[in-house]
Amino acid sequence: MSLLIKGGLVVDPSTHLEDPLDLLVEQGKIAALEPPGSIPEEGRRVIAAAGLVVAPGLIDMHVHLREPGEEYKETICTGTRAAVQGGFTAVACMPNTKPVNDTTAVTRLILDQAKVAGNARVYPVGAVSLGSKGEALSEYGDLKAAGVVALSDDGHPVSNSMLMRRALEYAKTFDLPVISHCEDLQLSADGVMHEGKVSLQLGLKGVPGAAEEVMVYRDLTLAALTGARLHIAHVSTAGSVAIIRLAKAMGLAVSAETAPHYFSLTDAAVLGYNTHAKVNPPLRTEMDVRSIKEALRDGTLDAVASDHAPHSSLEKELEFAAAAFGLIGLETSLGLTLKLVHEGTLNLIQAIERLSTGPARVLGVAGGTLEVGSPADITLIDLNREWTVDVGTFASKSRNCPFDGWILKGKAVMTIVGGKVVWEEEGRG
Amino acid sequence: MEFRRKDLLGVADLEPEEIQLILDTAASFKEISTRPIKKVPTLRGKTVVTMFYEPSTRTRMSFEIAAKRLSADTLNLTVSASSAVKGETLADTAHNLEAMAPDVLVIRHYASGAPHYLARRLKCGVVNAGDGLHEHPTQALLDLLTVREAKGTLSGLKVAIVGDIAHSRVARSDIQAFTKMGSRVTVAGPATMLPPYLETLGAKVTTSLVEAVRDADVIMMLRLQLERMGQMFLSTLREYSQFFGLAPRHLNLAKDDVIIMHPGPLNRGVEISPEVADGPHSLILEQVANGVAVRMAVLYFLIGGEKG
Repeated sequence: MSLLIKGGLVVDPSTHLEDPLDLLVEQGKIAALEPPGSIPEEGRRVIAAAGLVVAPGLIDMHVHLREPGEEYKETICTGTRAAVQGGFTAVACMPNTKPVNDTTAVTRLILDQAKVAGNARVYPVGAVSLGSKGEALSEYGDLKAAGVVALSDDGHPVSNSMLMRRALEYAKTFDLPVISHCEDLQLSADGVMHEGKVSLQLGLKGVPGAAEEVMVYRDLTLAALTGARLHIAHVSTAGSVAIIRLAKAMGLAVSAETAPHYFSLTDAAVLGYNTHAKVNPPLRTEMDVRSIKEALRDGTLDAVASDHAPHSSLEKELEFAAAAFGLIGLETSLGLTLKLVHEGTLNLIQAIERLSTGPARVLGVAGGTLEVGSPADITLIDLNREWTVDVGTFASKSRNCPFDGWILKGKAVMTIVGGKVVWEEEGRG
Repeated sequence: MEFRRKDLLGVADLEPEEIQLILDTAASFKEISTRPIKKVPTLRGKTVVTMFYEPSTRTRMSFEIAAKRLSADTLNLTVSASSAVKGETLADTAHNLEAMAPDVLVIRHYASGAPHYLARRLKCGVVNAGDGLHEHPTQALLDLLTVREAKGTLSGLKVAIVGDIAHSRVARSDIQAFTKMGSRVTVAGPATMLPPYLETLGAKVTTSLVEAVRDADVIMMLRLQLERMGQMFLSTLREYSQFFGLAPRHLNLAKDDVIIMHPGPLNRGVEISPEVADGPHSLILEQVANGVAVRMAVLYFLIGGEKG
């Protein structure tokens, strides 16, 4: 059945469009974009979008779906349900499952489960090294043929610089980007939060920003050496931003992402030994937050990605040092990013770009656009809706969210994947 | 001023008036330990459980003696870190203990924040007897009492805290405690052992032992915590003691009536020379004696009196 999305403000960063238009979806694709009222309603499901933003489907390029292996934390079904409920039509899932996604069998399992779930599109990320152990390269060619869109050992850095060089070269052979988790393990050592005033007060071991920055610099020089596509994951410091900005100015084909928690929280969120604020890289300082916002504005950072990392109470209801790193973000990422629009840091086009067009470009996948002929992946957003974050209503299996109770402004109300409404807010009709 | 807390978790939470009250009460309790029958019935029928996830001799004995002098029943649970890892969670252990209805739980744990974690979950009182690198509040209180007895005041004193600040929960508690009571604290050590942002706790920071001890009223030497340090914090113990060990020659730089303290146990000949440790300025053993009195006062405020 064809859909007519009527009366909304169409915002498409790929074509710099921000106009009131009606949008027609036919056979899973965007069939027409026309001035309001000019497409006939007959025989179509009409979606009233007055007062709503019609955006290309949001893409979260960094999530952990935990399946296979840790289904008690999340499954592909619950994780993608959380995605569409948060406005995301596609996610890229990191390979640190059990077993690690370093073989086509695991890749195919992920894609099969995603198909069964029928929620968001799932783009698997394959492991840089077998078992993500940092010793031997996995089979990039086969992985790509099976559906992998990028490579990463996320959760761990590739500590061996020679292996990183070879990984970049081998990935280049198959035109796959390498997503780097930048962390010098000798510098981060057994740190559990940002090294600063708060870590001193709490007597917790700290991770200095330098632990991230030295590896960002290493990977940028290796990208220059190899000419491969490098993407820096979860940028958390002002120093990283500065080096990436410089590399881009020098013409390097590098991209980078940050996560909403790095522009919404500081290390002060850890006070009281709050394990929901324990994340790697750690929450940093006001100064870092300011730099990250500026980098999102000027495009140094290409994408906002949640680093959705579900954990159960078994991993989080512990002494701070013993608790696992990570927090969930699929259902708050859009609201926290729109906060930057409401406060004037980003305009609407920029916000949608970092959440959709940017990640599509980095991963080289379809989407991120509303051009006629593209797959009909669409997110409808009520920009001014105020809502209270309540982890009890989350579709994710896990509850490790430091934003519980926050009041956010702006929310997805409908998520369409391939022309099919996969989620809509209750009460719409 | 009243002391109305369920728990004693850290110096950071305490108001100067509360500290004053604990010190005054501890001072009055000291007399009990000099009686032929060293016991009063104040906490009769109360149960004090000590739970130590790290080795300790003096702190644990000190709490136990303090509880017994107030007629509380005491029970000690020693948990080795390895068996805790294999077995139940800290919360489960504590809930099991609580089911036996203790009045207060004294905990030492290798994880910073472990006492706070328990305090949020348990109805009984929780006393922090040292958590990770975070705080050791009763040590700071006994240090304050010792200095106040020797100097008659805490206000306006220059207090030097020297050594491995990075790995010292005593330093974190002492810096805040002395600062709150009006002393001026200078910390000194090699930069490897001075964590960034120390000045935000109110301390002056220097890498020079000489600068720290000059005109000092109090010199607190910290134990080099070799077991917590791993490598790369210092070159050799020989060089450490040469630059950061307190020797008789340093005492000439300090005030004539300077007092020397150390939370123990000592690494003799490393951070402190035997001559200084055993010399006339040393109050190291007085600290131990005051530890019992301070812990009696803390237990009294948490579970004694009309609150109990």
